Amino acid sequence: MFKYILRRILLMIPVMLFVIVIVFTLMYFTPGDPVDTILAGSDATAQTREALREELGLNGTYLERLGRYIGGLLHGDLGLDYNSRMPVIDIIKVAFPSTLKIAGAAIAFATILGIAIGIWAAVNQYTFADTFATILALLGNSMPVFWLALLLMLQFSIRLRWLPATGLDGWKGLIMPAFCTSVSSLAAIARMTRSSMLEVIRSDYITTARAKGVREANVITEHALGNAMIPVVTTIGIQFGNLLGGAVLTETVFAIPGMGTMIVSAIKARNIPVVQGGVLVCALSLCVLNLVIDLLYGFIDPRIKSQYK
Amino acid sequence: MKENNMQKQEALTYKHRGQGAEIWRRFRKSKTAMLGLFMLLVLVFLAIFADVLTPYDATKSDAANRMLQPSAEHLFGTDELGRDIFTRIAMGTRISLTVGLVSVTISAVGGIILGSIAGYYGGKVDTIIMRFVDIWMAIPSLLLNITIVAVLGVGLENVMIAIGISNIPGYCRTIRASIMSIKGSEYIEAAKASGASDARIILSHIIPNSLAPLIVQATLRMGASILICASMSFMGLGVVPPTPEWGAMLSTGRSFLRDHPHLCTFPGGAIMYTVLAMNLLGDGIRDALDPKLKN
Amino acid sequence: MSKLLEIKNLTVHYETVDGVIHAVEGLNLSLEKGQTLGLVGETGAGKTTTMKAIMRILPEPPAKLKSGEIFFAGEDLLKKTVSEMRKIRGKRISMIFQDPMTSLNPIMTVGHQIAEVIHIHNNISKRDAEVEAAKMLETVGIKAERANDYPHQFSGGMKQRVVIAMALACNPDLLIADEPTTALDVTIQAQVLELMRLLKVQRETAMILITHDLGIVAETCDSVAIMYAGEIVEKGSLSDIFNDARHPYTKGLFACIPDLFSEAEMLTPIPGQMPDPSELPAGCNFCSRCAYAMEGCGSRDPAMREIAPGHFVKCHRWTGETGKDVLDDE
Repeated sequence: MFKYILRRILLMIPVMLFVIVIVFTLMYFTPGDPVDTILAGSDATAQTREALREELGLNGTYLERLGRYIGGLLHGDLGLDYNSRMPVIDIIKVAFPSTLKIAGAAIAFATILGIAIGIWAAVNQYTFADTFATILALLGNSMPVFWLALLLMLQFSIRLRWLPATGLDGWKGLIMPAFCTSVSSLAAIARMTRSSMLEVIRSDYITTARAKGVREANVITEHALGNAMIPVVTTIGIQFGNLLGGAVLTETVFAIPGMGTMIVSAIKARNIPVVQGGVLVCALSLCVLNLVIDLLYGFIDPRIKSQYK
Repeated sequence: MKENNMQKQEALTYKHRGQGAEIWRRFRKSKTAMLGLFMLLVLVFLAIFADVLTPYDATKSDAANRMLQPSAEHLFGTDELGRDIFTRIAMGTRISLTVGLVSVTISAVGGIILGSIAGYYGGKVDTIIMRFVDIWMAIPSLLLNITIVAVLGVGLENVMIAIGISNIPGYCRTIRASIMSIKGSEYIEAAKASGASDARIILSHIIPNSLAPLIVQATLRMGASILICASMSFMGLGVVPPTPEWGAMLSTGRSFLRDHPHLCTFPGGAIMYTVLAMNLLGDGIRDALDPKLKN
Repeated sequence: MSKLLEIKNLTVHYETVDGVIHAVEGLNLSLEKGQTLGLVGETGAGKTTTMKAIMRILPEPPAKLKSGEIFFAGEDLLKKTVSEMRKIRGKRISMIFQDPMTSLNPIMTVGHQIAEVIHIHNNISKRDAEVEAAKMLETVGIKAERANDYPHQFSGGMKQRVVIAMALACNPDLLIADEPTTALDVTIQAQVLELMRLLKVQRETAMILITHDLGIVAETCDSVAIMYAGEIVEKGSLSDIFNDARHPYTKGLFACIPDLFSEAEMLTPIPGQMPDPSELPAGCNFCSRCAYAMEGCGSRDPAMREIAPGHFVKCHRWTGETGKDVLDDE
């Protein structure tokens, strides 16, 4: 088991490295010279330009800059904001927790409710429950997150005044952003759980369990569920990425100062270090989360563990 | 030998013709699929006839008629600059459908080229390309789109390019899978033996046979692409005003949510309608092409 | 000796969007205590459906039990409640299925799966059940320490042994084995069959063995029933069927078997295919493929007739007054 965990962790490192290089390279090719933009209009000398270049880490060849960037990363240095000269890492430190809260609440909600609805629909195939779940999944998939956010805001903040319209104060402030972000993942998880359960229920070992005289409720919970969860765990892993996107949009609607709003305003301001740092932190977080999912597999499915005995 | 080859090619085309009718019959059977098709046709109709449907102009402001509620004269009401919302939404249909088509074309062409190379040559080339594609696919789409737009700059064209690029992996995988399953077939051997070049084989044999899963990919992705475009515009990374794109309309309408929610209701509804239509259609096509996949 | 199992007039239909499938029609079958019945037939003949009907594990919908009675030790199983039936399954009637690769739950240890059936039907603790399960493993020739291993760690033959252990753990009166060796290598087949025979004799278990392999029937069965298109077309003792087969289909089955000693150049299959179960023909189901079909075979369905004590045939050739063997001249 330990070997399995170690192996997964080791595999993650080259992936992370690859992500860092890609993000850095993409940003490297952004057209325009930041130094010109910042010093526009002033009569800066070549010396001042050079000094600014150095301060912002814009001197040297591609490889030199890449090396410097990675080196800085290991120290927690993500460069400086072009406009304010604040360390990017500090800006992120302020923004990240908000996004984490929303995404975390969203995934918890989507997983619990999604699996429950999926099981309910599968066990009651061909009935109202199944149709309801299917329609729900379809709507959840098609609904634009930001529209849902606005509609909810209209109803619950403006008209009923039950929940705050902006900000993330307390649990009340978390409900709407988390719910909006969770909807599309909820749909996907419910859909996958349902189809996985339906497939598992048709398996021979389920028929065997019934032929042994196991109570139907136990057939579902002890035999079917464990096996059905394997592809569902994969889906949840995929949803982490979607959740990030959803959180970004929700932050915009509810004016929450998280990673999303940070990155978007940085793009508009051509503030490359902030965009780079933000995207990198998001990508690396996803790597870690996927590692957790991989490890979860090892626990659920004994066939996977065996490969590493 | 050449005759043999031609016979085989004919047999293949004949097989497709017979299957086509069968596929359409299965498609027609599904109510949701037909609904999706109908919904899409409505959109196409709006897109084509947008400028003649109403007497109003989509971009000219009319200060005297600002913020009017939906009525007989203005089906969806007017916005903060007095423009008829229904007209704007109809014009927005053109933008959304264009975005869908352009991004799908970019993705499909890129994916087919990449996937064809990987699948056809196999071995080391395949491994390298697929590793690359795996990581590409793993990056969440909004994040990837935002990053590409950060590099290229904001604007609708760049959004289309970004969406196109980010969807390449899906098509790449699909074509590669098709190629791998057809590679060993006899008629490929026959074509090779009769001296056809690799490119010719890919173009005239492999791609037509992979068409079915590609079409399913395309329809299912189009809805997502339109949604992403609207999301980017909503965040201010897409179109510039006064372009009547639905996401942008929602973004401006937001400021007037309290007193004039109709500015937001209709654009959002339009987005949802479109994505729903594409999803229903895509599911319908997938089920019609391979009913075994259905539950 | 009263019969252990008696099926009377069983009819099972599957109602699907493409029509009604007549899987089993008016089936009659019986079995004595401790005896082995071989149920022979092609794929799709309705053998598995019949067995699942006995166990009441048919998927309903789309399956529908249209009529019939299944008497087990005197009680009609079709009238039992869900919970009554549950107590019978695994304890008094057990069933094992064809493919051992998929019959076992991949994420549960084999010990646990055997212990489960013991625990449900006996009033003992889970821990004691595990101990019994380990003993059961030994009985089928697997080391007790392997109780904590998972199914994928066993070979096909050993998996089937686990399945047998599970089925016999509670000492059932009747074991239904649905093609238990079809998915196994020939050498393993022999081992598994021998194991089943041994245990059966030890525990005096009656068995219904579904198979399409007449060789296996010859080695293990006391009586045989031949099934075709949802009906039993011939049944009798082992010697009745093997030495005195009457129904043209049965004869055809025997003729299919390659003979080591003859000089045939080609195999003699039965031409044609089984009829579509959603569109069964009027008259005899086998008529279109029958080499001995007469006038009237295609329009009137023959009745089951006892042509010798315990030997039944469903064929117009035998419903004549004399019962004379019309085919003797062949």
